[in-house]
Amino acid sequence: MTSSRRCLAGAFLLLFLAVGSSNNANAIPAFARKYGLRCSACHVAWPVLNDFGWRFKDNGYQLMNDRDAPIWQHPGYWPVAFRMTPNFHRDSTDKVQADTTAGPGAGEVQVTAHGFDLSGLDILTAGTLEKNISFLLVPSADETGAFHFESVWVRFDNLAHSPWLNVKFGKFELDNLISEKRILSLSGNGGFYENYHFVPPGDNNAWAQIGDNQLGVAWEGHSANDHTRASAALFSSNDGNVDLVNANSYSGFFNFTQAFDLGGLGLQRVGAYAYIGQAPTFSLTNGGDPIPGSSLGNASFHREGVYGDFYFNKLDVAVYYQHAWDSAYFGTSTPGNGLLPTGARAPTWNGIFVEPHFTFTPQFVAFGRTEFIRMSRQALPTNPSDLGNIDAYTIGYRWYPIMTSRTGLAWHNEYSWIRQTGTSPVSGTDLTSGTLFFGFDFDF
Amino acid sequence: MRTKLQNISLIAGAAVILALAPAGAVAQETEYTESQRLNMQSSIHGKTGHAENAKMNYRRYCTGCHGDFGDGEGENAQWIDPKPRNFTLGQFKCRSTPTGTLPTDEDLYNTIGRGITNSNMPQWIPLTDDERVDMVAYVKHFSPKFVNEKPGTPIQVPPEPEVTADRIKAGQALFQRLECWKCHGVEGRGNGPSADTLTDDQNRPIKPFNFHDGTRFKCGSTDQDLYKIFMTGLDGTPMPSFADNVKPDEAWDLVFYLRTLQPLKTREKEIAKQLGLKPINPNAPPPAQPSENK
Repeated sequence: MTSSRRCLAGAFLLLFLAVGSSNNANAIPAFARKYGLRCSACHVAWPVLNDFGWRFKDNGYQLMNDRDAPIWQHPGYWPVAFRMTPNFHRDSTDKVQADTTAGPGAGEVQVTAHGFDLSGLDILTAGTLEKNISFLLVPSADETGAFHFESVWVRFDNLAHSPWLNVKFGKFELDNLISEKRILSLSGNGGFYENYHFVPPGDNNAWAQIGDNQLGVAWEGHSANDHTRASAALFSSNDGNVDLVNANSYSGFFNFTQAFDLGGLGLQRVGAYAYIGQAPTFSLTNGGDPIPGSSLGNASFHREGVYGDFYFNKLDVAVYYQHAWDSAYFGTSTPGNGLLPTGARAPTWNGIFVEPHFTFTPQFVAFGRTEFIRMSRQALPTNPSDLGNIDAYTIGYRWYPIMTSRTGLAWHNEYSWIRQTGTSPVSGTDLTSGTLFFGFDFDF
Repeated sequence: MRTKLQNISLIAGAAVILALAPAGAVAQETEYTESQRLNMQSSIHGKTGHAENAKMNYRRYCTGCHGDFGDGEGENAQWIDPKPRNFTLGQFKCRSTPTGTLPTDEDLYNTIGRGITNSNMPQWIPLTDDERVDMVAYVKHFSPKFVNEKPGTPIQVPPEPEVTADRIKAGQALFQRLECWKCHGVEGRGNGPSADTLTDDQNRPIKPFNFHDGTRFKCGSTDQDLYKIFMTGLDGTPMPSFADNVKPDEAWDLVFYLRTLQPLKTREKEIAKQLGLKPINPNAPPPAQPSENK
């Protein structure tokens, strides 16, 4: 590097730091604008909620300071925020099926792709329609600009003046303390919790996705200080898809969380949940095409787990354990009116993750995650016992040079790596992939 | 000979230095201020709070409104009404101590947990006890008053007497005699003839409390809280202390009368309804004092 280049690089680095240090710390900036609070008031590091943020959310996006109704807002106030992340990522998968010449490793090649890219866009509109009536509407686009409705709900809050009586109706996130919608990691491998979406190889149950928003109705309640939380939701077993996909089948999600004040260490939360449901395994057809609304052959599934979020001053550690069970019909992708393969059993598995966050300041957070899934029973006894097991690791940091009560900008850098046992497409050996991701995550 | 690249880098470097200069000056002031008083402590419910421990939480939760230096000049202050408290003045509305004195640590602790209704100050209940106790120390460290003065002695709130029709009528008479209506209006709607002219100690417009709007007061929601507001005043606002003008027993009368104005189902309201209590007429002579036998 020449001296002039070094000088220029140094100047830009200083400029970068100067811009960063002259600003302060931010999530749904529409809330920040409404209440005049910085994002850091509700978020450990946006988008992860802190205790104050949980209470705000549980109160129906209200601070309960008698200024929650929209009538208190300036007529020019519009409860809308946008979030997107232009980025660069490098994805490498070691065994991708490809047309290759014969020989060792034939049919499988390593593919590495990198380049500049875009994330999807979230348009976050949320707030109150009136005192104690809250709403969330999130039209969301993928990176090509194709839209869908990620969230659409209305919630009647504090019915009968009780924080224990809140009713939500629409498409919403399941009440999970460790929210995937507010996950810190963003990369292709690390941007979701494997445990929230996993199904074993050969299992076609796409309807038990804890990480996906669902269409239904929910009761939610909490204590005045939000240390105790409980909820129950009833929803269609359609993974949040519209037009009565999987009509006539329903699932339930139940959650309980309790917080303990451990003095100097802060508030520690633990909880448990259960997800129980049925979903169809086939439809009537006409000319080979499924007839809408004719889903049949319901099969069962359930997930249950415990979790906690433990604080040790600047370090907090989210831990999670889940046990899962799918009907043998799902496990073997057999229609409910078909015959199960010989020896077919309901597959079961267990999962765990540990996700530490170290918040150096409200504007700089480092995070990591170690996640494992282990099959405990294969649907087909002929399958290797470890088929589908997952090991996943993520490490990264987020720096928020801009975190005001109007906008937020985060520099995001992350690396994630995953290995799944026995699932490469041709050789049936372990499949691994890694993603390096960096970009600017901004909202306003 | 300088290359074009070198020129650009020099300009960029100069821009950086200019950008950093004021930030550096501010940083020095902060360092000075904090080094003076960051050893401030608070003591509540047997717990000792340390200002130093609350630094990050203040930055996280409070800076946006109250400002980095506690001067009430946070980035949002310009949009907020009423304005955020300027901690450097050591003057607080919600106290159990006489007017003109510093609040107790518990007063500040209660305000943090209770929030201030009809303002942007929320209830910081989710903060743990320890965090709130530390925050009290941090709030105190902004004002030299807390180094040089001691908090006032909390006023004694006598036991609450039984509410009676006579007490409510006496409270209404007091409401007229003390000219509360001039600010709060004859019906307590905060629309008295002086309402539009009121300013706080920093010459900013301020509105009198509307008793019909909400069930809570700025400094609490109980009868005792209302009594304290009346007898200690809200320092920094036009609401004075009436401790020198009324006897404790009379203050309770006023409390009972003010309760009839609120949108609450209370015994006071019920009695007022039975009495057919009408708003005061400021042009009429003040009613005679009700009998001593309440």
